[in-house]
Parts: sequence; structure tokens; C-alpha cells
Amino acid sequence: MAAALRRASVVAAAALALVGLWELYRWIWTSAGWTWPFVVDKTSMPHVWTIFRAFGQPTQVNQPALITILFHKSVFTGKEALVGFAVGAVVGFAIGIVLAHSRLLQRGFLPYIVASQTIPILAIAPMVVVWVNPKLPGPLQGWGAVAVIASYLTFFPVTINTLRGLRSADPRALELMRTYAASRWTILWKLRVPASLPYVFAALKLAATASVVGAIIGELPSGLQDGLGGAIINFNQYYSFEPQELWATNVVAAALGILFFVAVVAAERIVVRRAPENVA
Amino acid sequence: MSVVEIKGVTKTFARGNVTALENIELELQHGEFVSLIGPSGCGKSTLLRVIGDLTPPTAGSVTVNGKPARQARSDGDYGIVFQDSVLFDWRTVAKNIALPLEMLGWSRDRRRARVEEMLDLVELRNFADHHPWQLSGGMQQRVSIARALSFEPALLLMDEPFGALDEMTRERLNLELLSIWEKLGSTVVFVTHSISEAVFLSTRVVVMSPRPGRIAGVVDIDLPFPRTVETREDPRFFALVTQVRELLRKRGEHLLPEEAAELL
Repeated sequence: MAAALRRASVVAAAALALVGLWELYRWIWTSAGWTWPFVVDKTSMPHVWTIFRAFGQPTQVNQPALITILFHKSVFTGKEALVGFAVGAVVGFAIGIVLAHSRLLQRGFLPYIVASQTIPILAIAPMVVVWVNPKLPGPLQGWGAVAVIASYLTFFPVTINTLRGLRSADPRALELMRTYAASRWTILWKLRVPASLPYVFAALKLAATASVVGAIIGELPSGLQDGLGGAIINFNQYYSFEPQELWATNVVAAALGILFFVAVVAAERIVVRRAPENVA
Repeated sequence: MSVVEIKGVTKTFARGNVTALENIELELQHGEFVSLIGPSGCGKSTLLRVIGDLTPPTAGSVTVNGKPARQARSDGDYGIVFQDSVLFDWRTVAKNIALPLEMLGWSRDRRRARVEEMLDLVELRNFADHHPWQLSGGMQQRVSIARALSFEPALLLMDEPFGALDEMTRERLNLELLSIWEKLGSTVVFVTHSISEAVFLSTRVVVMSPRPGRIAGVVDIDLPFPRTVETREDPRFFALVTQVRELLRKRGEHLLPEEAAELL
């Protein structure tokens, strides 16, 4: 309890320090009149309190407050990211397991898997939307394709770390399994997979934040207005008048990513039973 | 009936052209406790691995329970204990002991009953739900022994099981191992570096010499059972220790100096 309290206060102190740095930088640059590397004014760096005040105000007349709008949009984006994360994690893990069992497949496919990640997501998103959307049932229309795009960013670290994790099993433990005349399948489920979990969870932490980024970016070419991606495009256009609205949206997007990350850390605590020094 | 029959076993490793074992002949009767002792590189661990079908011999044959070693391995005829306990971190003590039973397809109830028995046998009843990293090295090795014995194999193979432990823990575990062995009546092959440990535990000590790995001699240990703390102070114990040491020394003339030093 005391440890949790201490951790919470460290997080709060770090947040305060960041706010302080932001305002200090702002104050020094504006009072000195420095213009390098950029001019500091209320457009380039709005006050922290301006950003937070924006949450409580409507963006247009007769509209709900920004925070209400952003809440609904982040639920929408969160849904895309969650499905994308889940699909990417399962597919990534499955690819890892298949490749771990065949050196030939690994040599043949790994270069393409790596290549898939060098293509910017903006370049493949339109294709995914065109290919996937018509196949989706009604309730998945639109956001389903975005989830697929998010899963495209998610699966890669999971595949790479699953491959590495499956090979991390202690050679003596493998020998022990041999003395039991264990089949490949048994060795996989009773030894290799449990041994890989610390590696898999390290990848899931990367994938958690990547899935949120993937969902936001995936919304752009899909023309979806219901998520944070749509909000970012929208507020981008009004940036010179209302910069605090884009900043507020960024804060919400960051919070969503942190939420995903924390959820994975919590799951890891429950699933991975390992000596503290052996946790990857 | 002999539990293990080793006939003309030779093992050469292609890399470095090393002859680890040369023409080994050895037979183990049911209920024997046989130690393999010798300097590093004498092939004692290799011999144990050949018996367990973890390393194939280059020539010769090994039968366990009258079957080829490979068949015996797939029938689960032996349990093995390594120098490290090789416990699975993600399993509790009870689940670690149950691992071979799961492989054999035992029902949950039968597994639970056997695990309870094994926990009593190695005196870890209160640690059933602990994870391995919460135990001391000696306790971990006891779990490893319980796991190896859980499915009542006819043969127990032990590769320097207490080599990484301090001497006090080691002596206590020696006594425990003997009482388990007397209770279960299994056959044990025990690889060790320690002369006194070999003499204390065994009914026979097989002394090996290196380059190439050969049996230098076999010493029958006629100390009475049950063996106790007093056994180590028995003059007969010292006589047997000396006999084993002489065999090692005689064969040690062509050892490298540091290997000879290790044995004296």
C-alpha cells in the first residue's frame, strides 16, 4: 500500500515537473524574445492551463464540452485499437510458433515479415480499407478495417519476441522433457511457451501502444470521423486559431496509450510467474 | 535380473577427436546403489547420459530392464536428477513434481495423491504451493528428486545432484537420499566428484580414469545399512575411502597436474 502510494506520488511529481518545464521554457523564450528553434507564442506552445481549460469548453456553439466529445472518440478508437491489438497478438504469436518450428520457413518468410514493417502504414491503409471493408458484416463496417490496420503494427514485435522466447527454454529442461519421451507438442505447451512468456509480454507492451497509434493513423485514409484520428485531422485545420484543442486531443490519445500499456503490465503480473531476476 | 547392462560401450566425439568412453562393460543388479567417480573428462557423466539415451554410444549396447536404452526412455523406465534442479519457474513445487505424471496421462486425483506422498517423502509438505525461486538450493534439489521418483521408475540416474550445494546440506541430503532409496528399493546410478560421498552412499563404487574414459576398478562397499552420521567415523569407511583414492591415484599417473591435484 505504502509502495503504491509512493509510486503514485512519483508519477504525480513527474507530471508536475513536466508542466513546470513547459511553462519555464515558455517564460524564458518569450521574455528573452528568442526565436530559435521556433517562435514561442500562444499558438506554438499554449499554456498548460489553456489546454486543460479547453477540455471543459464546447468547440462549437450548442455542442457538448470537448472532454465529452473526446471521451466518445477515444472509446471508438480504443475499440479499434483493442480489436487490432488482440488480432495482432494472436496472429503474431501464431506466426512465431510456426516459424520457430521450421528453420526453412523462418529463412523464407522472416525477410518479408521485416519488409512489411518498413512500408509506412499510410501507404497500405487505403488498400486494406478497399479490400477488407466490403467483406465485413454491418456492425464492423468502417472501424473493422482500421482494427486490421492496427493489427498490422501489433503483430510484428509479438512475432519477433515469440520466436526469441520459444528458443529461450533451458537446454537442460529440454533434455528433461526428452527423458519423459515428450512429443514436440507437449514440449511446446509445457516448456517452450511458458518460457517465452516474459519475452512475449515485453512485445505486448510495445504492441499495446503501437495498436493505439495504428488505430489513429488508420482512421485517416478511412475517412472516419468518429475516432481520435478524425478529431486530430479536424483540429489540425483550426490549429492557428484554437491550438489548445489539438493539444488536448493529443493528451487524450496519450492517456489511451498509457491505459493500454498499464493493462498489459497488469496482465503480465497475473500470468507470468517468474523469479524476479528472470523476468525479461 | 540386471537392471542395466552395458556391453562394449565406446563413445567418441567427432569434434576434437576425443574418446570419452572406451569399451565399457558394467552390469547393475536390481536395488544396487552404484556411484561413478573419476576426474573431469573421465566420461562418467557421458556414461550416465548413454544409459539414459540422451547421448547415443558410438559402439556397443545398453539395455535397461532388458530393453534397448531408447525403448526404456520412451517407456519412462528411469528418472533423472541433474546438478541443477531444472525446476520450472512458472510451476509450484507440487506442479513441478506432477510434471512427469501429467505426461503419463495420470488423472488429477491420482496425481494429487502421489504428489502428497512425494512431498512427505522429501519433507516439503509445507512448501507445496511455493514457487522454486522461493526455496533454498537444497530444497530445490529435493523437489527435483521427488519429481524424478514420482512415477516410481525402476532406475534413478543422478548426475552430480549435490555438487552445487554446501557440504552440510550435502551430507544431510545424502542421508535423506539413502532413506528414500531404502524405502523404495530402486536402483541408483550416481555420478559424483566426491570420494567420501561415493563411499558413504553406494553399494559399489566404479572408479573411472580419463583419456580414454575407462573403468579403472570397482570397489564393493560393505558398510552396513542403515548408514548414519556414525558411518562416516567408522574405520572401515576410511579404509574404503583410501582404497578408492588409491585406485584414482594409480590411474592418475598420466593425469594433468591440476587434475591430479583435484583428486588428492
